[in-house]
Amino acid sequence: MAKEVSPGVKALRKVVDDVYADARKAKAEGKLVGWSSSKFPCELAEAFDLNVMYPENQAAGIAANRDGEIMCQAAEDLGFDNDICGYARISLAYAAGKRAARKIDWDKEDGYVINPRTGKPLKDENGNVVLDADGKPVKDPKTQTPYIVLEDIHEIEALPEGREKERRRESIQPYRQMRMPQPDFVLCCNNICNCMTKWYENIARMCNIPLIMIDIPYNNTMDPNPENVKYIRAQFDNAIKQLEELTGKKFDEKKFEHACAQANRTAQNWLKVCNYLQYKPAPLSGFDLFNHMADVVTARGKKEAADAFDLLAEDLEKNIKDGTSTLPFPEQYRVMFEGIPCWPKLPNLFKPLKANGINVTAVVYAPAFGFVYNNMDEMVSAYCKAPNSVSIEKGVEWREGICRDNKVDGVLVHYNRSCKPWSGYMAEMQRRFTADLGIPCAGFDGDQADPRNFNEAQYETRVQGLVEAMQIRKEAME
Amino acid sequence: MSIYTLGIDVGSTASKCVILKDGSEIVAKSLIDVGAGTTGPARAIDAVLDAAGMTHEDMSFTLATGYGRNSLDGIAHAQMSELSCHAKGAAFLYPDVHTVIDIGGQDVKAMHIENGALVNFQMNDKCAAGTGRFLDVMARVLEVKVSELGDLAEKSTKRIAISSTCTVFAESEVISQLAQATDKCDIINGIHHSVANRVVGLVNRIGVQDRVVMTGGVAQNKGIVDSLEEGLGHIVYTSPLTQYVGALGAALFAYQKALKQQR
Repeated sequence: MAKEVSPGVKALRKVVDDVYADARKAKAEGKLVGWSSSKFPCELAEAFDLNVMYPENQAAGIAANRDGEIMCQAAEDLGFDNDICGYARISLAYAAGKRAARKIDWDKEDGYVINPRTGKPLKDENGNVVLDADGKPVKDPKTQTPYIVLEDIHEIEALPEGREKERRRESIQPYRQMRMPQPDFVLCCNNICNCMTKWYENIARMCNIPLIMIDIPYNNTMDPNPENVKYIRAQFDNAIKQLEELTGKKFDEKKFEHACAQANRTAQNWLKVCNYLQYKPAPLSGFDLFNHMADVVTARGKKEAADAFDLLAEDLEKNIKDGTSTLPFPEQYRVMFEGIPCWPKLPNLFKPLKANGINVTAVVYAPAFGFVYNNMDEMVSAYCKAPNSVSIEKGVEWREGICRDNKVDGVLVHYNRSCKPWSGYMAEMQRRFTADLGIPCAGFDGDQADPRNFNEAQYETRVQGLVEAMQIRKEAME
Repeated sequence: MSIYTLGIDVGSTASKCVILKDGSEIVAKSLIDVGAGTTGPARAIDAVLDAAGMTHEDMSFTLATGYGRNSLDGIAHAQMSELSCHAKGAAFLYPDVHTVIDIGGQDVKAMHIENGALVNFQMNDKCAAGTGRFLDVMARVLEVKVSELGDLAEKSTKRIAISSTCTVFAESEVISQLAQATDKCDIINGIHHSVANRVVGLVNRIGVQDRVVMTGGVAQNKGIVDSLEEGLGHIVYTSPLTQYVGALGAALFAYQKALKQQR
């Protein structure tokens, strides 16, 4: 039986589905659709009623759906280096019109070529695996999926109307991330990472569209210095001017204030949800937050997102009263998971955690997106703070704060090949976590979107080592 | 009645076994030069039982470690990571150990030990440069046995820089040196230094604290140990039982588990 989905989770899924559906509708109606980096001030776009899509969220979805590799390779074929961020490669390939698609079986009216290596083992009525003549498990045809090939929307659109065009259009992977409309403008804020600047410049050139850029200097102080705030504030004003030119509309202060109020509410509710991980045992699996991140990224300025997080908080409150959790196993250890998950390998990441009773009760996304402000200058300062734009001292303070509050026994660090800045400072942070908090840390190599950079056996050994070190520490404390 | 426990270390390139009596006395040990996915583990188990004149039924507890630790269904009662087992084995041989370095077939581990237990560790990144396999590849291209590398390095009069991290490029560098008729011993000295450099970086991340012990088969290579001492500025201790430390640690954990079961 399928697992029951709670009202909060259902609402959160609907919010993201609606954001994508609204953008597709807007595009079909000839309205402008933009692409935005995850921490560009969404309040500005909301003030102009613009439909905005988020390539980072899209790339994570594509990677989680196992199409990261084919899209990364497509970008490499276009000349982008393999060392560039996996999200950027997926997004650049997408912007160039590349799509993951099902391999069409042209001999059939409407069929696809099934990949014989896919599918779950077929089971008989007693639940036993059915074997073939050679003793190999037979695959359940219902669970088998087609080969995935690379398509090009520009090539398809150049075809004359007819069956081939229709079938090739239909073959494009039928989930929402592969149906994100092409952009009419891009909004880039490099607080989240510096690679963003070149990534968005490339998209703007490829698609010949305007780029609205907000440059956030790296903060080498605990709080953003006033000079930087002035510099960024001026860029906000310039972005408003550019958006006025783009849309032909005047900046609507009321709408802007409304969007700010909604963004604040979403951030507060997001934090409220994250803080449920402070309970021991926690009423949720920390891995859930990785999925709910989609809402914070794509709909922070929308009422629906704030409402959905409220609903989720109600679900979690109920879990606490009932003594239940979304974690599908008893919580024995609590860790901070540092970094972006390896989306293409999520089940592999989860497997040894489950086997060892580990719940992820801390992620840096909580403070990174849980920011609230009261005026324009505070808003500017808030946008200065993202994992890759704050000083190492601030970064350590964020993480050690949630490690203490959320009572973690250890830290699992993802050395993410896609994200050099984030992974670059982790060795020092890891050293400080052990020195300051006295907890063991284990690092593993992986990638947020490119599955070629992850080795399961290496990961499992590191997790097991971490568990053994946490166990020794627990026994010593008891 | 005495308690006998069996520790099996199924590495990526070798299989090692140790039988321990009452968690303190090594009764027998065995080593087969092939590891996970081969006949190595089974042969190593047969060999250690033969040497002890015992059967598997005589073992109160069997614990597996190493890359292939999960491949011994029906033989091992439990599995633990090679990290904890190397730490445990090293602390048995050197009770005052604080830092353990193990260069395995495809990974490198640096461990921090307190009171004989693993507290923290660092391992190599996804690249297997600087591991035992790196040395195997270099030995092959130099047409020497990997076991001869240490002695040959002692004859070196100067160190040739091998700067590539990548095993394939490092191999090309070695080939190019051979083509220039560079003395093999000097090349080997350079290879050892290159491996040691990578390991030193890893050890420094967890903080070097005396006593430093190196475990695993590569510790038999004096050239590597010398280069590590030079890089770390600390004495690096090695045991004649170095190849068996993981299996020894596994047998020690097995003894603890056997005692728990008896209670």
